Amino acid sequence: MTVSQAQLHDALLDGARPAPAGLTDGHGRPAGGRFAVYRNNVAVALTDALEANFPAVASLLGPANFRNVMGIFLRRHPPARPMIAEYGAGLPAFLDGFEPLGHLGYLGDVARLEQALRAAYHAADAAPVDPAVFEALAPDALMQSRLTLAPAVRLVRSNWPVHAIRAYALEPGAPKPPAQPQDVLIQRPEYDPQMTTLPPGAAGFVTTVAAGHTLGAAHDAALAEAADFDLAQTLALLLSGGAITEITPGETP
Amino acid sequence: MFNTMKTVAVAGAVTAALAAYTSPAAAEEKVKCYGVSLAGENDCKAGAGTTCAGTSTVDYQGNAWTLVDEGTCTEIDLPDMADGTPREGSLEPLDRDLPS
Repeated sequence: MTVSQAQLHDALLDGARPAPAGLTDGHGRPAGGRFAVYRNNVAVALTDALEANFPAVASLLGPANFRNVMGIFLRRHPPARPMIAEYGAGLPAFLDGFEPLGHLGYLGDVARLEQALRAAYHAADAAPVDPAVFEALAPDALMQSRLTLAPAVRLVRSNWPVHAIRAYALEPGAPKPPAQPQDVLIQRPEYDPQMTTLPPGAAGFVTTVAAGHTLGAAHDAALAEAADFDLAQTLALLLSGGAITEITPGETP
Repeated sequence: MFNTMKTVAVAGAVTAALAAYTSPAAAEEKVKCYGVSLAGENDCKAGAGTTCAGTSTVDYQGNAWTLVDEGTCTEIDLPDMADGTPREGSLEPLDRDLPS
C-alpha cells in the first residue's frame, strides 16, 4: 500500500487528522508518533522562515503571538512554490483580514513593505538609462514620452506611517512613528533595496508611469493628488536610484 | 495655451532634475568588507533559507561581510582580539573569529 503526496501533504498541515493509513515507521508499524514529529518540524520550519522574511511583523507581535498567528497562516497558506525565501506573499492580505489583530490595522502594510523589500532584492538587474536621453527630447516629445521602470522598483502606499513603524520595530532608538500616511518607494541602485518616503503626489506619478502612461499624464495625475507636486524632485530621485531603464520618446505631429 | 504652459513646466522640471542628478558612478562605490560585522548583523536581505540571512553568529566573524564605502574597509576601528592581536577588516574572507 502506498501513500500519495496529496494525502501526506494534507495530513502534515492538519493536526486533527491521523497519520495517513499505510505510512510505516521503517519497521512495518504504523507511523503514528514519528509522523507527529515530522508534522511539528514542518510547522516550525515554516514559522522560522516567516520570522526571517517578516522581522518587523515578528517584532511588533512579539515571539509568542507571532508563532501562534503564523501557525494559523501557514496552514491556510502553505508554500505555493519550492523557494522558502519567497514564502509569505499572502501574509499581508491575511493580516488585513485577521480579526483578532484588527486593532493593529497597520500590520498588513508593514508585511507588504517587508515583502516588497525582499522582492526588490531578488528582482532582475537592469542598467539605468543615460539621463542625457531626456536632454535630447523636444518639449512636446517629452510630454508624450513613456518611462520604463527597473524590475526592482516597488511602491507601497499606506494610510499608516508604515516606513516609520517598520523602523520603530527593528531599530533600537528609532523615533515614535508620526500619525500620518506614508508612501514608500523602493529602488535598488546596487545590491541592497533602498527605501524613500515620498512627498505628496509622487506616488501618483510613479503609479501612472508604471502603468505605461505618458510623462504628461503622470504629471497630471500627480497634480490631481497634490497641487504642489514637485516633478523635478521626483525625477531626480528616480534617476539617482537607477529606477528608470528606458525612455521611449512620444510621437510628434 | 494651458497645454503649452504644462509642457514648459515639465520641460523645466526635467532640466532641473538633470542638474540635481549625480550619476551612481560618481557616488562612492560599495565593497564587501569581511570581518567587521557584529553577530547577526551582516548585510543580507535575501530572506529565509538563504546562506546569509543574519547568520553570522560571533562578533567580527571573519567570513561574514558588510557593504562599506570603498577604501574604508581596512580603516574601520575594531577591538583587539583576546590574545592582543589587532583586528582589521578585509576585502577577502578571513579565517579568524569563525564560529566553533
